[in-house]
Amino acid sequence: MLNNVSARTQSSVSIRDLSLSFGSVKVLENLNLDIHDGEFLVLLGSSGCGKSTLLNCIAGLLEPTEGQIFIKDKNVTWEEPKDRGIGMVFQSYALYPQMTVEKNLSFGLRVAKIPKDEIDRRVARASGILQIEPLLKRKPSELSGGQRQRVAIGRALVRDVDVFLFDEPLSNLDAKLRSELRVEIKRLHQALKNTMIYVTHDQIEALTLADRIAIMKSGVIQQLDDPVTIYNKPKNRFVAAFIGSPAMNFLTGELAEEGGRAVFRTNGVSFSLAGYDASEPLKAGRKVTLGVRPEHIKVDGDIAGGEVHEAVVDIEEPMGADNLLWLKHAGHVMSVRIGGARRYAVGAKVRLAFDMTMASLFDAGTEERI
Amino acid sequence: MDKSLTMPISGPAISGSNGSRLQAGPQGKRPRKVLSPRNIIVYGALGLAAIYYLIPLYVMVVTSLKGMPEIRLGNIFSPPMEITFEPWVKAWAQACTGLNCDGLSRGFWNSVRITVPSVMVSIAIASVNGYALANWRFKGSEIFFTILIVGAFIPYQVMIYPIVIVLREMGLYGTLYGLILVHSIFGMPIQTLLFRNYFVSLPEELFKAARIDGAGFWQIYFRIMLPMSLPIFVVSMILQTTGIWNDFLFGVVFTRPDTYPMTVQLNNIVNSVQGVKEYNVNMAATLLTGAVPLIVYFVSGRLFVRGIAAGAVKG
Repeated sequence: MLNNVSARTQSSVSIRDLSLSFGSVKVLENLNLDIHDGEFLVLLGSSGCGKSTLLNCIAGLLEPTEGQIFIKDKNVTWEEPKDRGIGMVFQSYALYPQMTVEKNLSFGLRVAKIPKDEIDRRVARASGILQIEPLLKRKPSELSGGQRQRVAIGRALVRDVDVFLFDEPLSNLDAKLRSELRVEIKRLHQALKNTMIYVTHDQIEALTLADRIAIMKSGVIQQLDDPVTIYNKPKNRFVAAFIGSPAMNFLTGELAEEGGRAVFRTNGVSFSLAGYDASEPLKAGRKVTLGVRPEHIKVDGDIAGGEVHEAVVDIEEPMGADNLLWLKHAGHVMSVRIGGARRYAVGAKVRLAFDMTMASLFDAGTEERI
Repeated sequence: MDKSLTMPISGPAISGSNGSRLQAGPQGKRPRKVLSPRNIIVYGALGLAAIYYLIPLYVMVVTSLKGMPEIRLGNIFSPPMEITFEPWVKAWAQACTGLNCDGLSRGFWNSVRITVPSVMVSIAIASVNGYALANWRFKGSEIFFTILIVGAFIPYQVMIYPIVIVLREMGLYGTLYGLILVHSIFGMPIQTLLFRNYFVSLPEELFKAARIDGAGFWQIYFRIMLPMSLPIFVVSMILQTTGIWNDFLFGVVFTRPDTYPMTVQLNNIVNSVQGVKEYNVNMAATLLTGAVPLIVYFVSGRLFVRGIAAGAVKG
């Protein structure tokens, strides 16, 4: 892989066979990842999956046990953090409490002994972009959470780096601020066109911000794709279950054949698989799990065609714009997303149809997509 | 889903449908009066305990202000009929220990000369130790730390004779420098532990951010960590100052009569067997010796508590 120079020249950050263990605990294993120039890559996973560890390795704050890291075609595996051309934004903001905002922004530049007028120029530019000029003389304790995180982003900005690293930057903010800053980070990326690597456990952040998402579990990247592909064609059951809110419905059953066509059968009820985009022949008798997202089950008036089943309303959860119906059918309870204006009484009978073009079939054993 | 299942957001008391309940005033028991039986017992017990501890101090103060004839009357609790500061002057400037008759002042200045450098040296080294152990986990740092902690539990007596030999070989035996060295070393385990725990409690991300900003070991220590560590420095200073000032064992072992610290000299004054026992001078000398730790506590007590609490939140 190391001789694959042409692949490396297009990418901003490359990770080759990276492993890291703490004692006997393997946190990362043989991880390979290429991040394109100017790409916004999100590392997504639940806590303990190794996503922050990977980011710390890229930053140079953790030494990998094995493997190499390239940034801008330079092998930086043993390089000091400051010489890697990276800036990092932390979850807890990590602003130096004794320094004013201005001193916080310029600390790295002062350490590097950059001339005063250059420092002033860069601080002015960064604070202009982030609109924090009025705060320059304040201490971090006098700022709100959102302002603090803006300053923390500014600290990465003034260093004129190639790669931005974000370690769950919005997790400490309340919901409203979080969505505001999310938009700002996206705008910042569009304006600067830097490479950005962003760690989060929040799937909404991942889906909205990312050019590509790398979903991680136990130190291994499960799937690396653009958000739409991740959402619609999850590679395995873990990815399918992790992404999407409300969560995907999973129906366990087996493949069968009826009238020469493949069907999915569960608890004696058959669902036609017409329209499903399978990557391999659907052999009858194979134990599988059918995954359908709540918005891909059509109810009553929404049904455009295909096979229609009848179900009973179990619970209704109105969520404003949407209305989440829990329907009982074929021994399963599945959630269905319908328009907020359409209401159903508990116990009512409804007709439903699966949109098999958007469904996913997973092997019951390997949990891989079929 | 009908309305009965929605949670009531406004409590029934403010819903307005029942005006009489609003006028009935607050529900539940009133807070207790100051002079409830419970409070009398609590404050009474606290008061008794305080008196119990304060009586010896009171006796010392009044005795030190009396002349010898009055002391011989035997009423140790009675206030002085004639206040005299003669014993204090004598304790400070004239009391004899061996051949020297210049009072406790010699011991006081010896103690100052021992305590100030010992405190500064031990805190300076221990803070860097703690910082390195907390933030720069080098290979074997855990083992190093364990050894250091074990060091804190070895009884001093075991080490006295070896240290005497070491100091003799270094040519420091009997000098103030030797004692300063001993105090600095013996303070190291507990001080390092104190600083390490404090630095561990500071957010790790601050340290990471400083490294990304390109700061090195000493830059992070002086420019990031030190400014955030005033409370723990105060705690450490108090512990070291009082500990070293009150030390007797090392003082008597490692110094000579002309370099004795104040505590040793106090002992020599109080326990001298020649002549009449001058209780008033002894009391004044004891109060003088204890004054420094007392003043340190009173001046920095608030910071002390804050520092202890700050370290205790995490780690």
